[in-house]
This record gives sequence, C-alpha cells and structure tokens, in this order.
Amino acid sequence: MDFNLTEERGLLRDMLQKFLGEKYGHEERRKLIASGKAYNAGIYAEMAELGVLGALFSEEDGGLGGAGFDIAVVFEELGRAGVIEPILGNAVLAGSLIAELGTDSQKELIGSVIAGEFLLAFAHAEPASRYDLNHVTASAKTDGGQIMLNGTKAHVLNGAQAGMLVVSAREAGADWDETGISLFLVPADADGMTIVDHPNVDGTSAAAIRLENVVVDEGARLGASGEAFGAIEAAVARATLAVSAEALGAMEAAKALTIDYLKERKQFGIAIGKFQALQHRMADVLIEVEQARSAVINLAGHLDALRDLRERHVSATKNLIGRASALVGEEAVQMHGGIGMTDEYALSHFVRRMVMIDHLFGDVDHHLERFISLNAA
Amino acid sequence: MDLSYTPEEEAFRAEVRAFLSEKLPRHLSEKVRLGKRLTKSDMESWHAVLNAQGWLAPNWPKEYGGAEWDAVQRMIFEEEACLAHAPRIVPFGLSMLAPVLMAFGSEEQRQHYLPRILSGEDWWCQGYSEPGAGSDLAALKTKAVRDGDHYVVNGQKTWTTLGQHANWIFCLVRTDADAKKQEGISFLLIDMNTPGVTVRPIVLIDGEAEVNEVFFDDVRVPASNLVGEENKGWTYAKYLLTHERTNIAGVGFSNAALATLKHVAANTRSGGKPLDQNPYFAARMAQAEIDLMAMATTNLRVVSAAAKGQAPGPESSMLKIKGTVIRQELSSLLRRAAGPDAMPFLPDYLDGGDNVPAEGPEHAPAAAPNYFNMRKLSIFGGSNEIQRTIITKAILQL
Ligand SMILES: Cc1cc2nc3c(=O)[nH]c(=O)nc-3n(C[C@H](O)[C@H](O)[C@H](O)COP(=O)(O)OP(=O)(O)OC[C@H]3O[C@@H](n4cnc5c(N)ncnc54)[C@H](O)[C@@H]3O)c2cc1C
Ligand SMILES: Cc1cc2nc3c(=O)[nH]c(=O)nc-3n(C[C@H](O)[C@H](O)[C@H](O)COP(=O)(O)OP(=O)(O)OC[C@H]3O[C@@H](n4cnc5c(N)ncnc54)[C@H](O)[C@@H]3O)c2cc1C
Repeated sequence: MDFNLTEERGLLRDMLQKFLGEKYGHEERRKLIASGKAYNAGIYAEMAELGVLGALFSEEDGGLGGAGFDIAVVFEELGRAGVIEPILGNAVLAGSLIAELGTDSQKELIGSVIAGEFLLAFAHAEPASRYDLNHVTASAKTDGGQIMLNGTKAHVLNGAQAGMLVVSAREAGADWDETGISLFLVPADADGMTIVDHPNVDGTSAAAIRLENVVVDEGARLGASGEAFGAIEAAVARATLAVSAEALGAMEAAKALTIDYLKERKQFGIAIGKFQALQHRMADVLIEVEQARSAVINLAGHLDALRDLRERHVSATKNLIGRASALVGEEAVQMHGGIGMTDEYALSHFVRRMVMIDHLFGDVDHHLERFISLNAA
Repeated sequence: MDLSYTPEEEAFRAEVRAFLSEKLPRHLSEKVRLGKRLTKSDMESWHAVLNAQGWLAPNWPKEYGGAEWDAVQRMIFEEEACLAHAPRIVPFGLSMLAPVLMAFGSEEQRQHYLPRILSGEDWWCQGYSEPGAGSDLAALKTKAVRDGDHYVVNGQKTWTTLGQHANWIFCLVRTDADAKKQEGISFLLIDMNTPGVTVRPIVLIDGEAEVNEVFFDDVRVPASNLVGEENKGWTYAKYLLTHERTNIAGVGFSNAALATLKHVAANTRSGGKPLDQNPYFAARMAQAEIDLMAMATTNLRVVSAAAKGQAPGPESSMLKIKGTVIRQELSSLLRRAAGPDAMPFLPDYLDGGDNVPAEGPEHAPAAAPNYFNMRKLSIFGGSNEIQRTIITKAILQL
C-alpha cells in the first residue's frame, strides 16, 4: 500500500495548482462566463502546453500518463479552480474512444488534441436515454460504401466547439440492446449536422445535435460494426472518475472557503465558527470530503480492472460523490448565510458544479440501483 | 379529536376553488406551474384580481378592506391557491408592514398607507438585514439622526427581496448609538425615490436578481414617517417577525411541489420504466410525502390553537424547520427527476411567457435553479440554526 502520488504526478498537481491559482481566479472565471464564451482559448492553449491534456493519454498514444491516478490528479485541480474549458468531453470521452478503437490514422487526431489544437466531442446521449448508455436510437445505414446517419443527440459536452464528433448510432438490434451500437467520426461541418449550443447551470457548455442524412464513408467508422458498447462503457468509466475527482476538488474549495468564513464572520460579537452547532457540521463536512477522496482513489485504482469489478467501483464512487456533493454544497451555503447564495461570491459556483455533476453519467439513485444489481450478478 | 373540516370550511374551500378556476389568468398559472420567472406586472396583476374580490388582505380586519379570515380559512386559501399555481402574494406590505401600522402606527399613517398597499400604488420592501447584521439583527448600524422635521439616514441594507420593484422601504434604523443595542432602534418608513437612495441588484445562485443592496447617503426622511415611538423599533420589529412566521410551514407550497413531482416522475422514463416505479426514487418521494402529511397536521394543530386566540409561539420555529426541510427535499427530488435535462441553463425560457415552449421536458429548465434558490428557505426569516436555538431556550429550557 502506498497512498502517495508518484513524483511526476505530484509535480503535475503542484504545477497545475500554481498555474490555475494565478490565471484562473474567480473574477476571471465570472467574466468568461458572462462573456457567453464556452471557454478561454488562451488559457486552454497554455494548459495544453503544461501537459494537462497529455497527462490524460498513455505514452503509447503520445501522452504522458493516461492512468486512473493521472485523471484524478488533473481533474481534482480543475474542480478546485472551477475550470470550464473543454477537457472532459474532448480528451476523456472522445479521446479515450479513439485511443481504444482508432486505427493509426484515426489516432493522429489524438496528437492534435494533446497539442491543444483540435477539439473533439462525444455525441452519444439522446433526449430519452437519461443515464442509460445502451439506449441508442440514432441510426446508421450502409449503402454502397457510404454510411448515412440520422438521429438526435443531447447534452453533448462542448459539442458546438468541437471540430470532429464521435457519434454513436445503431446498426442492428432494438433501442435498448447493447449490441448493434457503432461509432463514427463525423466532422462538425458535415452536411446535415445541426448543432445548437447552450450554457449549463454550472457554467459549462453543451449542445443539442441533429443528424439528418449525414453521409460519411467507411473510413469514418471507429471500431467494429455494432460492437462499441464495451468501449463506450469503459470511456464513461474514465469520465465518471474525472467528474468524481472534479467534484472532490470543488468540495475541497468549498470546504476551504467555509472554514475561512467561519473564522472571519462575526455575529453576536463572536466568530460564528465558535458556535458548536456549526462546528459539528463542519466536522461532518470534513468527514464527507475525506470519504469522497477515498471513493475517488478506489475508482482510480480499479479503472483498469476487469469490467465487473471496475463498474462496481464506478457505481459505488458516483453514488457516494453525489451524496457527499449535495451535503457539502448545502451545508457550505447554509453556514455562509445569505452571502453563500450570491453569484458574486465563488462558493455558489463550486456548489453549482458539484451538484450538477450528479446529473452527468448517472445520479445517486441510478448508481445505487446499478450497484445493487452488479453486486447480485 | 376531529380531523374533519366544518361544513362552513368546506363551503369556503369550494368558493375559493371556484374563484381560482374563474379568475386566475392562465398565463400566470402556467408560469408558476413551470417555475418560470414572474415580472413585476405579473405580480401586480394577480394582486389586482384578488383586491377586486376583497381577498388580497386575508389577515386584515374588514374596516381596512381586509377579508378578516381566521387562521384555518387562510390556510385553506393558501392550499388552494398553491395547487392552482397562483402567484404568491408579495408579503412585505400586506402581511409585514400592515399589522405593524395597525398595532403601532398613527391614524394618519393607517389612513394614508393601508389603502395604497391594497391598490398596488405602493410596493414595500423589508429593510432589516445589513452586511454586519444578519442573525444578529440588533447589531444594525444604519443611522438616523434627527435634524428639525427630518431624520437624516446613512447606511446600508442588504438582501432586500424585490427591492428593485419597490417604491417604499420600511427600515430598522439606529436612533440612539449609546443605548443597549436593542434599545436604540427605530422603525422608519422611507420613500425610495428620495435623493440619496441607491438600489443595487444582487444576482443569486439561480441566476436571478431577487434581492438587492440598498444604500442611504444623507437621505432626508420626514419625521412623520417614524412608526410609533423613537427607540421602540425593536418591539415593533419582533411583532412583525411573528407575523412573518405565520404560514411559515409552507404546506401549500409543498403540496403543490409534491403534485408536480409525482406528475413528472410518472412521465419520466428511467431505465425503460417510469421513474415513479424506480424503487429508490419512489421510496424517497414516499418519505417526503409521509413527512409532509404529518407536518400538515402539526401545522393544523398549531394554527387551530392560534385560531382559538392563542398566538403561535415558539412552536412556529418547529414549523419553520420541518417545513423548509421538506420543501428543500422536494426541490432536490424534482432536480433529480429532471435527470440530464436539469443541466441546461435557459434564461430565455425562464423569462419567457407561457407561450415560449421548452426544448425538452417542460419542468426541467427550472428544476436546478429552483433547487438552488430553495437554499434560502433555511437562511432567511431567522435561519434554521436560530430557530433551533429558540426551541432549545423557549421550549426545552436548556
Ligand atoms: C460501552 C462503553 C465502553 C467504554 N469503554 C471505555 C474505555 O475502555 N475506557 C474509557 O476510559 N472509557 C470508556 N467508556 C467511557 C466513555 O469514554 C464515556 O462514556 C464518554 O467519554 C462519555 O462520557 P459520559 O458517559 O460521562 O457522558 P457525558 O460526557 O456526560 O456526555 C453525555 C452526552 O453529552 C454529550 N456531550 C458531552 N460534552 C459535550 C460537549 N462539550 N459538547 C457537546 N456535547 C457534549 C455527549 O456526547 C453525550 O451525548 C466507555 C463507554 C461505553 C458506553
Ligand atoms: C434570498 C434571501 C432573501 C432575503 N430577504 C430579506 C429581506 O427582504 N429583508 C431583509 O431584511 N432580509 C432579508 N434576507 C436576509 C436574511 O434574513 C439573513 O440572510 C438572515 O438573517 C441570516 O443572516 P446572514 O445572511 O447575515 O447570515 P449570518 O447571520 O452571518 O449566519 C451565517 C451562518 O451562521 C449561523 N449562525 C449565526 N448565528 C448563530 C448562532 N448564534 N448559533 C448557531 N448558528 C448561528 C447561521 O444560521 C448561518 O448558518 C434575505 C436573505 C436571503 C438569502
């Protein structure tokens, strides 16, 4: 057992923390969101230069890491600073799928992602699929070497900023079948693509996408026909780890702000942190954040385990993170009083992000039910 | 023990229902039903409908144009109005200031201000809290210094709900800096159009500017705007707070939220089946409903004691805590029910009228903003920690 980070990961964390501390203050972030831009291209390029994107890919794929603990280290820092730049959908979801399934020439895209020059997105979820990865109704019909795609995709993270989309579509089977799902690389500007951008409650951006008779050729196919589900589940496992670590970072930031506020804010002539009613709740917050950290470690350590063991940890971690985030977010706001509810103050931004992460890749109820059935299997 | 309503109460409920189905405009109830944002004129127009019926001021005596309903009637109206998705009544003039004027104001003040509250000519806001005076309200610093026929007011109020719509603010101000902190406070009415008053909206966690900062810079207020006696403001302020706490349980709001939640859960599919058949989600909904059923009876117990002439005392703290916890839980369940569709932030939809359709499920866009907004319930009106302290002292006597 060793719970210390390797030297490389420790350096990466320190460097990223320092960079974001200097460049990604709350005021800069608020200005960015108010500007209506989905991200700051300058900051994003600098992050790429620092190796943030490279850390999410294996050496074999041209990166510097790519393991569970690399993802955890990077995303905890992104969460601590409230970063909205397009890394999750781009590098973790779409990037992992190309790394897993791509041909050598398809994998060239990864190089430009690592360099920060090109953005990918993963268009998989549909309006009615909720958290079920197997629910795909978009269709792919092959005719004389050409593939025609039709369907509607929802909540595509940074879908409107990407140059290329990894699109899932069904080639066989019924709407809920795991088999029959295929993946295709579709340029964002292909004929028949309609991409509508929208901001999310937590400052990130996503898109609704319609594919109407979009035509690609066989070279656009990612992996074997009808067999993408396993890779999708594995990529979502990586993304679940990423958002869990991000929520942990946001919880750490909220915790730090609250501890400072308890010491600083005076009512009835004394610091409110002297009231035992608040002290004990802050102690519970600390315990929950430590539990959240352990849950992130559990998943990071099992990301490359066999499917059943990995997925058991996916559901356990995401359920715990959802519960801890709600508790930490609600308690942090409550202990701040009115100030905790303002957009002007950083806390509300961390709270929005940690709570809305419950809505990505399955919430507490979804993963509780899933954990029980994985245990029974 | 008799849990049934009297025939008169049942008849009253039927009358309220008929009125709401006839007079509540659909463009307003649709907005409320979907959690969309209400404009100033939305709120004013609903007040006008109620005023025309003589129902705008349920708690006022008839001589001032009120309905003079008892506590049970008020509760029945509240329940029915919530279930019909009526806009809430803006309470600051009607149920906060008015009782104070009736009890402590001068006859001129009553004659002047009360009709203007009913007619909508005046929109009042509550100027109690300050940056340094939240839970410790008596620590307030905004100063009023007598200068001939005027007070000169300097200082700042904050968290002033809907102050951006208001033309009048009732303020607690310090008139004696040397007295014990509760004893140097006065209750002053301030015209917000007076030079030196500045209002700055505060955007909250849900993206909406519901509260404001209000600054006073050498604001000259006629001395005749003082309510009651100088330095007795704390007594009036506390009197007002007991009125602020009537209907604190929010049973009507919770009933309406539960009905919405059940509808959404029945019409949302998760894992191929309706969400209300997911055992884990169904269990959480059922638990909230069970809590609400008991709390509704706790509320009735407290309310009917008050109806027989006993003022709801520290028991209202219990209602505040349980009532707000249930409302918050229901908002959390509705957020969960919306699933991924809770994520998009769509201010155009939220600000749009009933004719702006949703892209996805109609309840989803307001679900997360509403959940975040509901955090306020356990902070304002005396935070839930302060309410627990009241219970500890006044009931448990620890
Ligand atoms: C099964 C069992 C095994 C034990 N084994 C050991 C042992 O091996 N060695 C040993 O030394 N002791 C042992 N203890 C004793 C244990 O440490 C004491 O019970 C404990 O310290 C509490 O003290 P008390 O029972 O006097 O309760 P009190 O201290 O009187 O506390 C009563 C209640 O008040 C609360 N309370 C007290 N002070 C505060 C405060 N400042 N703020 C908030 N709440 C407060 C407590 O949490 C508790 O709920 C054991 C006790 C039990 C029940
Ligand atoms: C949306 C919203 C609308 C509002 N509208 C109005 C309005 O219209 N007019 C108006 O005057 N005010 C309004 N308020 C202000 C509200 O009354 C205050 O926010 C409230 O009194 C709490 O004060 P505070 O925010 O300064 O928090 P603080 O008093 O600083 O409290 C911070 C934390 O410390 C806790 N705490 C404080 N003292 C103790 C204690 N002794 N023991 C244990 N815990 C304690 C609190 O419970 C809270 O958790 C509004 C507030 C909000 C959020």
